[in-house]
Amino acid sequence: MAATVEDPFIGLAEAAAGLRDRTFSSQQLTQAALDRIAATDESIHAFITVTDEKALAAAAEADSRLQSGDAGPLTGVPVAVKDVLSTAGVRTTCGSRMLENYVPRYDATVVERLREAGAVVVGKTNMDEFAMGSSTEHSAFFTTGNPWDPTRVPGGSSGGSAAAVAAGQAIVSLGSDTGGSIRQPGAFCGIVGMKPTYGRVSRYGLVAFASSLDQIGPFARSVADAATLLQAVAGPDARDSTCSDRELPDFSADLDKGLDGLTIAAPREFFDPDSGIQPEVLAAAEEALGVLAAQGATIDRDTTLPTAEHALPVYYILAPSEASANLARYDGVKYGFSFTDGESMWDNYEKTRQHGFGDEVKRRIMLGAYALSAGYYDAYYLQAQKVRTLISNEFDSIFSKAQLIVTPTTPTVAFEQGTVSDPYEMYLNDVFTIPANIAGLPALSMPAGFGEAEMPVGLQFIAKSWDEATLFRGASAYEQATDWHTRRPAL
Amino acid sequence: MSDSSDLSAADVRHIATLVRIGMTDQDVEKFRVELSSIIGHCNSLAAIDTEDVEPTMNGAFADRSGDDVMADDVAEACFPVEDVLANAPVREDDYLRVRGVLD
Repeated sequence: MAATVEDPFIGLAEAAAGLRDRTFSSQQLTQAALDRIAATDESIHAFITVTDEKALAAAAEADSRLQSGDAGPLTGVPVAVKDVLSTAGVRTTCGSRMLENYVPRYDATVVERLREAGAVVVGKTNMDEFAMGSSTEHSAFFTTGNPWDPTRVPGGSSGGSAAAVAAGQAIVSLGSDTGGSIRQPGAFCGIVGMKPTYGRVSRYGLVAFASSLDQIGPFARSVADAATLLQAVAGPDARDSTCSDRELPDFSADLDKGLDGLTIAAPREFFDPDSGIQPEVLAAAEEALGVLAAQGATIDRDTTLPTAEHALPVYYILAPSEASANLARYDGVKYGFSFTDGESMWDNYEKTRQHGFGDEVKRRIMLGAYALSAGYYDAYYLQAQKVRTLISNEFDSIFSKAQLIVTPTTPTVAFEQGTVSDPYEMYLNDVFTIPANIAGLPALSMPAGFGEAEMPVGLQFIAKSWDEATLFRGASAYEQATDWHTRRPAL
Repeated sequence: MSDSSDLSAADVRHIATLVRIGMTDQDVEKFRVELSSIIGHCNSLAAIDTEDVEPTMNGAFADRSGDDVMADDVAEACFPVEDVLANAPVREDDYLRVRGVLD
């Protein structure tokens, strides 16, 4: 059946083909996405800002490019962008009162590359404030609903970007992942969410949270679409000194290579029934290992990542420490929320930050300041940096024998909104995703079944640094052998 | 959780002053309990033997081939003043207006 604009779940390649063949125009495709947002976002609340007019103008430009034959795989395609990425002339809130009215004067590099590729940005998506959270419940504005059950969370922090793609409001989207903020919502929403190698994607224009961990990556409804989007935004950028100048490989080159000759490690710590993992989630991951073996992979179940259990505390020292420094800039002087009626300059600073930041952001800033303060630095920050080295070494050891690691993405499926109130309990959502951030590795979550209450279960693949092509190869082989990625929420 | 990780109200007020976040007494108690709990969980790191282990200080470690990402020091045009001041909460002519540091 030929692709049509009426199908909200159209794939990237089908959309690009339809645009090239003039089956439909970008203006029609974009209008369909905007209509879908209008029809579904009252229950999903994926978007903080919908940029209707700018999107239709960009679509008209894309149509001219398509007519002149100057089109790539993203030209004319509706995409959504997490509200942590700077967009010139479009407010960028970061999910915070602090930046509620902040309008950047420049585009983030990834947004600039989307525009150069002719992609059509339909809006900015909801997120936990400053990307700190696992449910979007820490957004200063509202909580996003999971398209599979809007009373449940979509995950976070990139919950809006995940929900938008799962709900068919955009074909693909961008998020950011510091401890799992792409993969965990990808798992909860039943789509592909991918975090590239640290240094693969420029972070110029990304509002900084934890600079040794933050990385931008794609959401899509298929592995191939995720690879295509990453290809468009990744690569060297002189404006980000932490962005590698390595040449980009073709991320899609190995998608159809299958699994013959690959060894996939399944470290014991991630398959421990006594770890608090939901039985359905564990069963889905076990079943996936069977599928991968049947596709020709050698599954190594004897590997172990003993220090991985310490990745969570390492993260909750490192990320808040870096956040406490990065968020010092919000002082109400240059931009953002400003309290100006205080008794003194100091009073203005304190009230600006008291009223501009939400509780989770305050918790992390204070935790970081504590970990960095005199007398505690060696015990917390320095020790966490050393344990990070140990975790990294353990991954190296596994990758000396295996090309991929497979784990469940999260211990549970998406939970009901308002049911997790203890901060540390919320942090446990990311126990399986954080190790890849700590070691800077590329990792991806994809649909692998359904668990409690028929909510999606995610399967995580991790590859060695710079080997995204093998990451996509493994995920694509699993996708081709299963049909989980074809399931859609009833909306 | 060990007692040693329990923060006092004075500890929380001291940290809040360091990070310039205003706080009510209620806030202090709430954060005291929550931060003590989180720090308690993080204390498990102390038991890990890290003797002779080098710290990994930043994410550039991911690229172990040692890419040279330093840019040449070339002067470029900067943002126009109007752009820089576009989001200023309070401006006066081409300046950001702030409260006096010394009143």
